[in-house]
Amino acid sequence: MTDFEIQARVSLAEGDRSRIPPRARISVAEGATIAVTAFLLVAAVAPALVAPGDPFAIDPLSAFQAPSIDHGFGTDESGRDVYTRVVHGTRNSLTIGAAATAIGLGFGILLGTIAGMLGRVVDFTVNRFLEVLFAFPGLLLALLFILIFGPGVATAIVAVGLSTAPGYARIIRGQLISVRSSAFVEAATVQGLTRRRILARHILPNTLAPLFVLGTLGIGQAIVWASALSYLGLGAEPPAAEWGAMLAAGRTYLTTAWWLSFFPGLFIVLTAVCATAIGRSIERRVRHA
Amino acid sequence: MLWAVATLTFFAVRLIPGDPAEAILGGPGSQTSPEALAAVRAEYGLDQPVLVQYLQQLLRLATGDLGRSYALNTDVAPLVLEQLGGTLTLAALALAVGWVLALALATWSTRRGTVARAIGSGLEIVAAALPHFWLATALILLFSIWLGVLPPISTASPAGLVLPVLTLAIPLAGFLGQIMREALFTALESPFVLSARARGESERGVIWIHALRHAALPAISLSGWAFASLVSGAVVVETVFARPGLGRTLLNAVTVRDVPVVVGVVLVAALAYMAMTLVTDFASRIADPRLRAS
Repeated sequence: MTDFEIQARVSLAEGDRSRIPPRARISVAEGATIAVTAFLLVAAVAPALVAPGDPFAIDPLSAFQAPSIDHGFGTDESGRDVYTRVVHGTRNSLTIGAAATAIGLGFGILLGTIAGMLGRVVDFTVNRFLEVLFAFPGLLLALLFILIFGPGVATAIVAVGLSTAPGYARIIRGQLISVRSSAFVEAATVQGLTRRRILARHILPNTLAPLFVLGTLGIGQAIVWASALSYLGLGAEPPAAEWGAMLAAGRTYLTTAWWLSFFPGLFIVLTAVCATAIGRSIERRVRHA
Repeated sequence: MLWAVATLTFFAVRLIPGDPAEAILGGPGSQTSPEALAAVRAEYGLDQPVLVQYLQQLLRLATGDLGRSYALNTDVAPLVLEQLGGTLTLAALALAVGWVLALALATWSTRRGTVARAIGSGLEIVAAALPHFWLATALILLFSIWLGVLPPISTASPAGLVLPVLTLAIPLAGFLGQIMREALFTALESPFVLSARARGESERGVIWIHALRHAALPAISLSGWAFASLVSGAVVVETVFARPGLGRTLLNAVTVRDVPVVVGVVLVAALAYMAMTLVTDFASRIADPRLRAS
């Protein structure tokens, strides 16, 4: 990386005045975040390692047991172990969140790059289009999409992805424009490099670098939205071990068995918090590295 | 802008597979006679060419007519208007409470050492990550079932509003608080704060009179978007608390694919977003004299 590029990155970090020394030591909060994330990743890749039981094993005699040493998170209406089900649901929920974020980022990059690179008329058009999409905040765009294509896991993923795309597109466009007019691009132009080379070697890498942070921050949001859709009965359906669906199924028994809805929700919150915390600490380190 | 939203929704709805006339008569499974289908097509104007239908829809929208519901057999406009009040009350109260919480947290935790700052920003991150449906469940559990002080179902009484408003306000406060804290931090390091301190202004005065005006600006301009996303949050909250309103109407309409109702609610939400953008522009001008000068 040239000095110009480093300088440009620092100048991109607008508004941040926090005094964090470069390569700051890992704080207690960051350590906890990393530990929880590691647990969630293990649960997603190899659920049997942390929860050996069968998530669908029915045991009617031990239905509705409160959390105890045998059943850490209690049991549900069919005597299934809630902890096992929550752990086995991790893969579903994380996959849904990651897929939705990938779709959102994909569309965002496409729209943002088109707007940022293809001249003023295209930029104006794409911008108006994004403004229209912004008038459908949160789940509204997702609900409109589900109205058209019907409920289900796949539509929920695409719906959440599409609702996050306008936000990404706007950030990418802004980033592209600020990188395009920065000093190192001018320097490259003065050196006589071709336009294509400037775009491929200088502009795009610097535009896309912050996407990793955006994506990490976005996965938490996507998981929350996708499980909200499941909760509303428009995503994954109840027998599936998906957090939103489990929470929705547990709502019927809220007065007698609070653990049915409490623990799946807790995992959603933990995942979202971890994604946000990791995204933010990477962002800080990149800015000050 | 509203035209663009209407156009987008009109053509998006055309993508729905299946015959809308069949949907009106009870979905693809129902045994409908060709005469009944033709009658429904004529009644809803579905036998016209697409362009004519589009122009007719725009004309009707311009006169405030949102069409007729497929499932409820009533006009959409009065239905939406009837539900609008409850949702607007909910969203407005949530916005107000969210602002108060965010302000309290941001002003409390700045200038109180690194521990307070870490607690403040930790609380904000957790609050912003709380899904409405889980927070609502947890609040019902705590206040209605264990403590028994507030009703789990949102009635017209003020007590019934407390839990839904809190459910919407807490994540919003986390979101606004993060933005406010960052802006407050920047403002407190700028020269005008140094000069205020040099004049002997108290710490409280520096924060509340000088720095906060700057810190509030980004949060004000995001409030328009936040308000509109509260309407989307109302979908979940109204369902959980069995509270009548736009959100629940929207969810029911999506579930039975009642197209005119969905389009009507979405248009009203978009209108609310635009109205709020105007309000926040105005509020920014009040808070920031530099905008007035230009």
